[in-house]
Amino acid sequence: MLIDLSHFTPGLSLAGGLVIGAAAAVLVLFNGRIAGISGILGGLLSLPRNDMAWRIAFLAGLVGAPILASAFGNPTTPDIQAGWGEILIAGFLVGLGTRYASGCTSGHGVCGISRGAMRSLVATATFMAAGFATVFVQRHLIGG
Amino acid sequence: MTAITALLAGLLFGIGLMVSGMANPAKVLGFLDLAGRWDPSLAFVMLGAIAIGSLAFFIAKRRKRSFLGLPVLLPASATVTPRLVLGSAAFGIGWGLAGFCPGPALVAFGAGYPKAWGFVAAMVAGMVVFEMAERVKSRWLQA
Repeated sequence: MLIDLSHFTPGLSLAGGLVIGAAAAVLVLFNGRIAGISGILGGLLSLPRNDMAWRIAFLAGLVGAPILASAFGNPTTPDIQAGWGEILIAGFLVGLGTRYASGCTSGHGVCGISRGAMRSLVATATFMAAGFATVFVQRHLIGG
Repeated sequence: MTAITALLAGLLFGIGLMVSGMANPAKVLGFLDLAGRWDPSLAFVMLGAIAIGSLAFFIAKRRKRSFLGLPVLLPASATVTPRLVLGSAAFGIGWGLAGFCPGPALVAFGAGYPKAWGFVAAMVAGMVVFEMAERVKSRWLQA
């Protein structure tokens, strides 16, 4: 195994992770809800109207974060390598899959594992394995 | 008040994603590329998030009400089902194709990247298909 030391950012990634954990802590301790992005967004499409305000507020914070950072001189510059076709197929699979799985990286990967849920451990192992496999096929079998 | 704490949580979550590198699909794909030049950074994101998360859920599990008096709603289901595994697999394939999971996609959406808008639109479409399938299924079961 070859470690990419030029892109390895253990300190910043750990710090960012602590902040993500703090966000999940605020939501569960004050609002009593799981910080699962796919569930919060998907719930807007299904649940009764009285459950909308906190979801919209949370998502506004998430979408507003890069705008705020940019206002403070730290623009977010995601490097999106996928083409449009891949983007649309991937987005659809992520939306459909996370709803059937009742969670994504945040709801299962962070919150679920933090509360020791077996379902979340299985979900996280599965989507990580599928992610590893997809990149392997794309970069080393097809693209290689 | 509950909207304010939710807004704060969303903001913190977004900042965490940006600081950690998770909001950058190229970095996520670098983590998922075990056979290439592997960037293990994102394991540290999980480590940090779970360290704080474990503490928070340790407290939350012992409470019926949140600090604001709201019910603490934690998932009750404990069974591993085919839909959990198949759904996670579909999600993982999408994640590996683009390097976006839902949170980072919404951050890139806010940063104003058209491909992120396209990804989020397709993601919402996938969620709508799920809702419609669930409604058809429940109507079918009632009949």
